[in-house]
Amino acid sequence: MEASSYVINVKDLVKKFGDFTANDRLTFHVKRGEIFGFLGANGAGKTTAIKILCGLSVPTSGFVEVSGYNVKTQSEKVKSSIGYMSQKFSLYDDLTVFENIRLFGTIYGLSSGEIKERSADMLSRLGIEEQRNRLIGTLSLGWKQKLAFSVAVLHRPKIVFLDEPTSGVDPITRRQFWELIYQAADEGITVFVTTHYMDEAEYCNRVTIMVDGRISALDTPSGLKSQMKCDSMNDVFLKLTRPN
Amino acid sequence: MIDVDSISKNYGKVSALCDLSFKVRKGELFGVIGPDGAGKSTLFRIILSLLLPDSGKVSVKGLDPVQDYKSLRKIVGYMPGRFSLYEDLSVEENLNFFASVFGTTVEENYHLIKGIYQQIEPFRKRPAGKLSGGMKQKLALSCALIHQPELLVLDEPTTGVDAVSRSEFWSMLHQLKEFGITIIVSTPYMDEASLCDRVALMQQGRILEVASPQDVVDNFRGALFGVSGGNMYRLILDCRDFDMVETVFPFGEELHLSFKDGGDHRTDLHEFLKRRGSDEVSIRTIQPGIEDRFMALMATS
Repeated sequence: MEASSYVINVKDLVKKFGDFTANDRLTFHVKRGEIFGFLGANGAGKTTAIKILCGLSVPTSGFVEVSGYNVKTQSEKVKSSIGYMSQKFSLYDDLTVFENIRLFGTIYGLSSGEIKERSADMLSRLGIEEQRNRLIGTLSLGWKQKLAFSVAVLHRPKIVFLDEPTSGVDPITRRQFWELIYQAADEGITVFVTTHYMDEAEYCNRVTIMVDGRISALDTPSGLKSQMKCDSMNDVFLKLTRPN
Repeated sequence: MIDVDSISKNYGKVSALCDLSFKVRKGELFGVIGPDGAGKSTLFRIILSLLLPDSGKVSVKGLDPVQDYKSLRKIVGYMPGRFSLYEDLSVEENLNFFASVFGTTVEENYHLIKGIYQQIEPFRKRPAGKLSGGMKQKLALSCALIHQPELLVLDEPTTGVDAVSRSEFWSMLHQLKEFGITIIVSTPYMDEASLCDRVALMQQGRILEVASPQDVVDNFRGALFGVSGGNMYRLILDCRDFDMVETVFPFGEELHLSFKDGGDHRTDLHEFLKRRGSDEVSIRTIQPGIEDRFMALMATS
């Protein structure tokens, strides 16, 4: 496959903090519309790599291209071509649903007409038109997370980064959340997910597992399971991160 | 060991707990499983005498958390959801502090914490605030154990912790069971239910079920099928369009699907999906898991 069909191109990425190597020669590619899982133990170097992919930090050496832009020289273009959502910070509790949509829409340069049209479409898809003027703080965690995801893709980014998006939500909401992810991927948005929870890894098209700053595995979940002779992604993860 | 008898708790208009009843046996590893906002922490605080219920009664080893709170607090160890040790005290200082508050010494009960504490002992001079997440967790557990409690109450000890530390933590809990300590532990992660002797499934202030993990799964009614192949999103939409389908949920690489009468209409579904252009679909019978059962209970409650 041509390198240009990838929306994320990483070759020999190295990031050092003083003597410490947080990312050690990472090389991987992510296809358009792919759901890509990024796993690793605490301190394995995931956050460092994501910051670089989002244009918030520059690599010490190596080549990183996101949505066709070089993160070193075109970081502002990288930022406007991606969406981001995390469990810790999603939306402002003391703004209403629509105010949040308008705020993020404006930040990403949408016109007020586009914001109006897309927010109406989004709220009707989620089936919560009547909640438009409710404060985010009064919504359940499940609704907050589903809205946060929809807001993160409001500007139709090429890639959306999800940092542990579904921790703590009930199992039905979690499934609804994954349906939103599948829908976005079906529309051509690439989804880059980090999670500590291995059952979540099974939803991804491909998964990479980082150990001590390096990529120690990259394949489909079923490929990893058969390669490592394990029944679950949890066992794969334990085998890779704790070989003894 | 614990007897919770129809307790309710409201915060203003919000009902946090609604008529909960269950019992925990001595020496049991009891899990309270439910998402954020289910009422797990409120329930634990009431058991620990830190919060008063609006109605209902609790007894812990025959003690009433309201009347006998002083004696009760001596026999319980508590690890709250947020790291709550003194960050500017060293590992060793924290442990000595908790031991002296309970009128004991680290030496006296060292046997209980040995397996856990040895892993962080090389860092005993380090301020607790500068430990990694996994090490903080081990220190917090050591501090909760140092007065040899009969009941250990752990509020979401594994939330936000990576899979390796989680698995280590659960094996520590199984070792503690050997000392006869009763443990009640909450978690939002359904896959941890299977590591408990019995579990209470909680949702929105109510208990959906109390049973052994095996019974929870065995109580799932009807047949469940795993469907996979092709584009996942299209497959979900197509399956939902089939008349006889009751529920369709994505479950990693497969969809979990049940039919309206709990029966088996695989052949018809296969035909239907084929007409929709999906040739490579595989449908197989599967064993339900804790999450399948939890979702079924949520739908009926």
